[in-house]
Amino acid sequence: MTIALTPQEHAKIEAHIQAHKNKAGALLPLLHAIQDDISYVPEAAYLPISKALALSVAEVHGVVTFYHHFRTHPAGKHILQVCRAESCQAMGSEKLEAHIKATLGIDYHQTTADGAITLEPVYCLGNCACSPAVMMDDEVYGRMNAEKVAALVKEARCA
Amino acid sequence: MVKVYVPCDSTALSLGANKTADAIIAEAKKRGLEIELIRNGSRGLFWLEPMVEVTTSQGRVAYAPVLPKDVPSLFDADFLTGGAHPLNLGLTEELAWLKKQQRLTFARVGITDPISLEDYLAHDGYQGLQNALKLSGAEIVKTVTDSGLRGRGGAAFPTGIKWNTVLGCEATQKYIVCNADEGDSGTYSDRMIMEDDPYVLIEGMTIAGIAVGATQGYIYLRSEYPHALKALNTAIARAEQAGYLGDNICGSGKAFHLEVRRAAGAYVCGEETSLLESLEGKRGLVRFKPPLPAIEGLFGKPTVVNNVISLASVPIILDKGAQYYADYGMGRSRGTLPIQLAGNLKQTGLVELAFGATLRTLLYDFGGGSATGRPIRAVQVGGPLGAFLPESQFDTPLDYEEFTKIWAVLGHGGIVAFDDTVDMAKMARYAFEFCAIESCGKCTPCRIGSTRGVEVIDKIVANKGSPEHSKTIQLARDLSDTMLNGSLCALGGMTPYPVLSALNHFGEDFGIMK
Ligand SMILES: Cc1cc2nc3c(=O)[nH]c(=O)nc-3n(C[C@H](O)[C@H](O)[C@H](O)COP(=O)(O)O)c2cc1C
Ligand code: SF4
Ligand code: FES
Repeated sequence: MTIALTPQEHAKIEAHIQAHKNKAGALLPLLHAIQDDISYVPEAAYLPISKALALSVAEVHGVVTFYHHFRTHPAGKHILQVCRAESCQAMGSEKLEAHIKATLGIDYHQTTADGAITLEPVYCLGNCACSPAVMMDDEVYGRMNAEKVAALVKEARCA
Repeated sequence: MVKVYVPCDSTALSLGANKTADAIIAEAKKRGLEIELIRNGSRGLFWLEPMVEVTTSQGRVAYAPVLPKDVPSLFDADFLTGGAHPLNLGLTEELAWLKKQQRLTFARVGITDPISLEDYLAHDGYQGLQNALKLSGAEIVKTVTDSGLRGRGGAAFPTGIKWNTVLGCEATQKYIVCNADEGDSGTYSDRMIMEDDPYVLIEGMTIAGIAVGATQGYIYLRSEYPHALKALNTAIARAEQAGYLGDNICGSGKAFHLEVRRAAGAYVCGEETSLLESLEGKRGLVRFKPPLPAIEGLFGKPTVVNNVISLASVPIILDKGAQYYADYGMGRSRGTLPIQLAGNLKQTGLVELAFGATLRTLLYDFGGGSATGRPIRAVQVGGPLGAFLPESQFDTPLDYEEFTKIWAVLGHGGIVAFDDTVDMAKMARYAFEFCAIESCGKCTPCRIGSTRGVEVIDKIVANKGSPEHSKTIQLARDLSDTMLNGSLCALGGMTPYPVLSALNHFGEDFGIMK
């Protein structure tokens, strides 16, 4: 199902296309710009992108879906990424993961009912010296446990 | 004015370094004391972050770990002059953990303000480039070859030989691509260089460009590193402004331009040809080799693809000479390796050492044993595609060839320790699962084999004690063999390393009776 875009979103996407279309290898930087701005890459953007970069819609779709980073649905206000990789596993991330899912009442790639938090898995944040690690938006947090994550979530909900 | 240092490295931030910095500023203001607060990189003693340092007449004195609640008492103890306090660790340079290291690539890390070009220049920065500008391309390449530097991204291919291939190509355009996708669990040395000393990477890439005749460079940076992105972009802009990047580098008439490109969370895009596809704006499907990227790389042009640490090691080689670097190390592993201690260890952090130290030294002398206080049972070296080593292999020296002998890899130098609560069948299952999630899908053994692998491990666990058990184990071995021999790249080709090493060394977890 294609999500309809507001005129503002259309305008934003068009501006990003104009800003990026002449770069070498423009597609990834363009997709990043769109997602940074409106939290996902809408299917409705595939056609204008494909026209500007002389690609097929299928190619654009193929790229968006190949990369784990790109979302095809809007995210909540905050993104909570939980590291699932080995170093964090060695420090108990599996239990933490289960706890976070249970307390938020969602699984990965889902958003809490209040629209505050989108939960995503991540495979290493480069913070393995202080595992387990999570990332809330652009900030990494180390030596996490259930209480610390709860505090982060609370803070995000109030912000 | 007294200089106070609080790291801005993201691991220090992950433990609250910003709040510590704010508390220090507020407390100084409250007491009417003037200080200069500098955000340095991290010294790499991550178990002690946030580590605050103060300049005194004897040198920098460290206090750690400092949380906001400790700040008033630090001022009470007159820490601005190095006063006594339970958190006072003495002179930073005298800390045994640092003193035992050989910091070449990381010489400046933690000492300087990462984005200050002045600081970089005051600490031997751009000496390597100045020397390189007096040499021909072939002479620079020879220096790198003679240093014995091998790629630190995992494959350990001699850097000078790769550069020589690109140098020898006739082309209208060549590229330097820095592989900053650092996807391996247990690794963060690339991140540290980019956040804590970005100019050294910029300088290394500039030297590479001048050596092979490339005028454009790209840093392919993993999307999980927003702080590195900011540090690099700031440093690049300042280097451009000061004439260290651009059309006329240091008045030499030579050009080199640099741009950071963000990756998008695909582990396979760390593989160099997949990375190039991604930079070109495509799906990260691995390319068949040949042609080598050195001959037909980015946009079909000759391209040097090197890891962050490989490139960041070039400036000191050009500064101090090939022999200086080659004098460190053992066998065919020359120079130093920035080792990253991670997982279940008491003292985690960055240890740069000449090749040759044993795993045991790292785990116990530096690492201090497990964080949980339980015995260390297994260690994974070299990321998710690296083997798991049991205690009986802890005396193996860190050397590419010595690791090959025990069917293990050094990879990017990440060491992840597990205590005796680890379930190795679960780790083997995860290795297959990770491969299934990250497979680019180009070849069948990896695409299908990884999913079958998850199922087979589940079956092994379910069949414990049944007559079917040994058959299921054989199935896992056969599947691993197929992946080892039939995969196009090391994602499928090396997933059997963690799987089979777990099976061979920790059979009891799979229900194999001794
Ligand atoms: C699945 C896979 C992932 C890889 N990830 C990385 C990586 O994150 N960083 C890196 O430098 N090399 C990585 N490599 C190795 C690169 O293919 C390549 O060997 C390296 O970038 C060359 O640089 P170097 O010679 O300086 O090591 C990876 C290889 C494979 C097969
Ligand atoms: S081994 Fe896996 S990741 Fe590598 S080329 Fe084949 S399918 Fe792609
Ligand atoms: S494994 Fe979790 S941060 Fe690296």
